[in-house]
Amino acid sequence: MDFGPYLLLATLEGAVGAAVLALTALGLALVFGVMRIVNVAHGAFFMLGAIIAWWVADRLGVGSALNFLAALIIAPLAVGAVAVVAERSVLRRLNYNPESTIVATIGLLYVIEQVALMTYGPDARPVVAPWDFRIQLPWFGYSGYKILVIGASIAILLAVWWGLTRTRIGLMMRATQFDSETARAFAIPVDLVYGGVFAFGAMLAAVGAVLVVPIQQAHYLMGTDPLLLSFIVVIVGGLGSLRGTVLAAVIIGLSDGIISVFFTPTLAKIIATLAVATILIVRPRGLFGTRPT
Amino acid sequence: MLKVENINSFYDRTQVLRDFSLSAEAGRVLCVMGRNGAGKTTVLKSIMGLIRPHSGRVIIDGTDIAPLQAEEAPRHGIGYVPQGRRLFSELSVADNIEIGLMARGSGQDVRERVLDFFPVLRERFYQRAGTLSGGEQQMLAIARALCLDPCVLLLDEPTEGLMPAMIARIGEVVLKLKSHGVAVILVEQRVDAVLRIADRVLFVENGRSRETVEAEVLRKTPEMLERYLGVGQ
Repeated sequence: MDFGPYLLLATLEGAVGAAVLALTALGLALVFGVMRIVNVAHGAFFMLGAIIAWWVADRLGVGSALNFLAALIIAPLAVGAVAVVAERSVLRRLNYNPESTIVATIGLLYVIEQVALMTYGPDARPVVAPWDFRIQLPWFGYSGYKILVIGASIAILLAVWWGLTRTRIGLMMRATQFDSETARAFAIPVDLVYGGVFAFGAMLAAVGAVLVVPIQQAHYLMGTDPLLLSFIVVIVGGLGSLRGTVLAAVIIGLSDGIISVFFTPTLAKIIATLAVATILIVRPRGLFGTRPT
Repeated sequence: MLKVENINSFYDRTQVLRDFSLSAEAGRVLCVMGRNGAGKTTVLKSIMGLIRPHSGRVIIDGTDIAPLQAEEAPRHGIGYVPQGRRLFSELSVADNIEIGLMARGSGQDVRERVLDFFPVLRERFYQRAGTLSGGEQQMLAIARALCLDPCVLLLDEPTEGLMPAMIARIGEVVLKLKSHGVAVILVEQRVDAVLRIADRVLFVENGRSRETVEAEVLRKTPEMLERYLGVGQ
């Protein structure tokens, strides 16, 4: 294949990775931005979404499209429910203390991974893509499902942006993010907002996982890479900045995909890490990070 | 209208308020004065439930809100202008106003009334709150609290860092609210501002409510200020 078509293929692969990464990292950024919690269990929620998607598709058995649609609804809801239980039973009891919650979410990560290993097992299992069609380009054919993943991610990101900037719930979340004490003084139920944001962040990771599981297969350790990349994205984008997170996800996802296709995935991770170091030297608060007021 | 009865409040294990009491009446301005660290801001935070008193009562219209969540104070009509304004500075003026309106489900008529009170905010409506001048920020902080259509308004050092013209404007606003029947509790350090707008002055010392004096009496006997604040008029 010539260089041009090869680059196009690599860019498409990168765009698929960026689409899933943007969803996952946005969940992490929301939780950090609003609650000031570094959720180390975010990758475990991603993995749980993929495993529940496989379980739903396996049990339902009504055809790949319906199986997938059911998984796309049930898995994020189930993961959101797990997140709510974790938030109420662990994080709230720790009074959302930044240091304690890091340790607590590390524990949560291990608990979820071990429960997944004990129930789901060590095997990697695929969910069949809902539609099996290829888009034929002049140089190569490309999976229509992967294009759908990019489209779905863009639609969800736009919906989240609309919800945050155009609805009352979004306004409550943003007010809580900037000053939770003053938010309480204006009758904003901050504890409810925290619970909702933690669940929603986990659900975004689960949606990303359901979208990717027809491409990648579900496995109980599959949350590690998305977690690390999400952390990189959130730091590069600027802690708490959602638009920075999305932009960084696109940059890192695309570069990861392109370098993985042309060279190796390991080199892609090395370059991403070097990019983070460079950006943090030049702009210590990331691309869109602001000084605390 | 609002009664605080024998509250005891703590920051962690440090007791800040000791058997503190006060009462605020409709259409009157009560000024809370005391030296730095006396517990003035803690009084307002305890009324708002931002610091939950360990004991004592905060009664508004017959309901004790001290044991309730902090969200209940605004729902009962208590507006709060915190020290340092504490605006949502990354949000627009419109969003800050909307947050005030949402707190008690106030309608657009309240919004219009508040904006008529502070016309400059109408001009800056879609501007980010953090980009306003100090005086405009203070107006927005008061406007946001007024969006609750409050029956009690708590103001924590509203003149801090402002120019004399703006201090006079805030004094006018407080007097106007008073004429509308709002009970105002004002924490203030500026003696001249206090003597101009207060009806009563409550002195706080080491977290205790010491003495409530009619402002008229205080104007005639400024030596009381010396006793509690270490300053003369």
